[in-house]
Amino acid sequence: MEFFQNLFGDAWPLVWTLVKIVALTLPIMGTVAYLTLAERKVIGYIQVRIGPNRVGPVGLLQPIADAVKILLKEIIIPSGSNKILFVLAPVLAIAPALVAWAVVPFSPEMVLSNIDAGLLFILAATSLGVYGVIVAGWASNSKYAFLGAIRSSAQIVSYEIAMGFALVGVLMVAHSLNLGEIVKGQTGGGFWSWYFIPLFPLFLVYLISGVAETNRAPFDVAEGETEIVAGFHVEYSGMTFSVFYLAEYANMILVSALCSLMFLGGWLPPFNFAPFTWIPGFLWLLIKIAFILFLFLWFRATFPRYRYDQIMRLGWKVFIPVTLVWIVVVGAWMQTPLWLW
Amino acid sequence: MIETLVFYFFSAILVASSLAVITVRNPVHAALFLVLAFFTAAGLWLLLEAEFLAIVLVLVYVGAVMVLFLFVVMMLDINIARLREGIWAWLPFGALLAVVMVLEMWIVLGSERFGLVGTIAPEGHPAGYSNTKELGRLIYTHYVYAFEIAAVILLVAIVSAIALTLRRRKDTKSQVASEQLAARREERVRLVSMPSGKK
Repeated sequence: MEFFQNLFGDAWPLVWTLVKIVALTLPIMGTVAYLTLAERKVIGYIQVRIGPNRVGPVGLLQPIADAVKILLKEIIIPSGSNKILFVLAPVLAIAPALVAWAVVPFSPEMVLSNIDAGLLFILAATSLGVYGVIVAGWASNSKYAFLGAIRSSAQIVSYEIAMGFALVGVLMVAHSLNLGEIVKGQTGGGFWSWYFIPLFPLFLVYLISGVAETNRAPFDVAEGETEIVAGFHVEYSGMTFSVFYLAEYANMILVSALCSLMFLGGWLPPFNFAPFTWIPGFLWLLIKIAFILFLFLWFRATFPRYRYDQIMRLGWKVFIPVTLVWIVVVGAWMQTPLWLW
Repeated sequence: MIETLVFYFFSAILVASSLAVITVRNPVHAALFLVLAFFTAAGLWLLLEAEFLAIVLVLVYVGAVMVLFLFVVMMLDINIARLREGIWAWLPFGALLAVVMVLEMWIVLGSERFGLVGTIAPEGHPAGYSNTKELGRLIYTHYVYAFEIAAVILLVAIVSAIALTLRRRKDTKSQVASEQLAARREERVRLVSMPSGKK
């Protein structure tokens, strides 16, 4: 450490930050790769199949084989498309999904950038993801891609509002926008002092909006493989296509991480006694993230796809009123002595 | 030192992208350059330690307003040749507007009365200072009436926009979700016992 500090001199903070960014991004991309395998395995077992089991022991090398295959495929840029925007769109999709991780804490000390307005930063960063969808649809110079872009970006924009209102409830009870402080506010007893109990409707709204926001089943009208070929990414091939998928999975992990931090106590153990406190906090957070990711996969294997007007109805006429009412309820509740959190 | 470099970097992008907004031919490109301009402006605000405003600029303008703007621009069939019609007839009027705007900017930015020239850069805040909390306190105490009036004006604008665009055709069919949910099996299904016939 000392040696490197002397080596780089004034540039050391910059280099150290870059090292931390790499140390954060690589595991995320690795998790994304193995989440695809987990998805295929879990859905396989739910549907009484085995899932991928040919490449490597129990199919463990499948993601690597997939990556090699995708990298070797040709990238076709449609004639008449806007070339710069066509290539830029996948980048616009994945960059916000990775940027938001900058403020996500993994333990009280482990956070890349401990900023005060962390929650707002995440909201702002994730609201940029919709540009990837719109630009991809428009730059493809195809009616189908454009219509797909309009319908999935309308969905993303609608559910963002419900998501934002759910976060308002969290910051009301936590008195802070800093994610570390939000987790600290949930210390106390065990799982009963986590925020998912007083904010249960908001927790559900956030989780379901997260599924809709990442275009996952049962809200996956962007892909809709049984009714249409695909949505905004219909003209994409090879690596440009899979970058959209990397972004989708990175967003899934992000939503799961935020859900565990804000509602499920982050790195706190569910009980404050012996066998539970032996497990380090970092591991607790990973367990919670993995559980919510499992829910994502479970939803996909269980529910039939929503129709488009039903998606819009759920977002605007059910979730937004529910969050608004619950914000008022929590506000009133917090003024009474019955508030225990 | 680094801050100055970052400032000039952002400023250069901001000026270039705002110029591009009004010079590029393609309206979608213009809207995307406007997004870039907002984004770099947010970066400049971060340098001034106005992190709440910077993040809200990205959240509201880039994340919501410009998305809807792009929707509209992409769906419109904009004919450049028609837009250029009558440019000479309108030129004097446009020039007059431009002169007025330059004058106004000169008054605001140049004179001692408004004092933008003499304003010193805001000094750094102590570690525990929260921009968000400070803004919230001001908005909900000192400027509460102005804030509420602005909110009501926005609400009126929303309602009137919906009222202007809402058209109800008599022959459209739509579902009533509550009726669908209230449906019972007994009302819809009748089980008929049909013994199989002789072969």
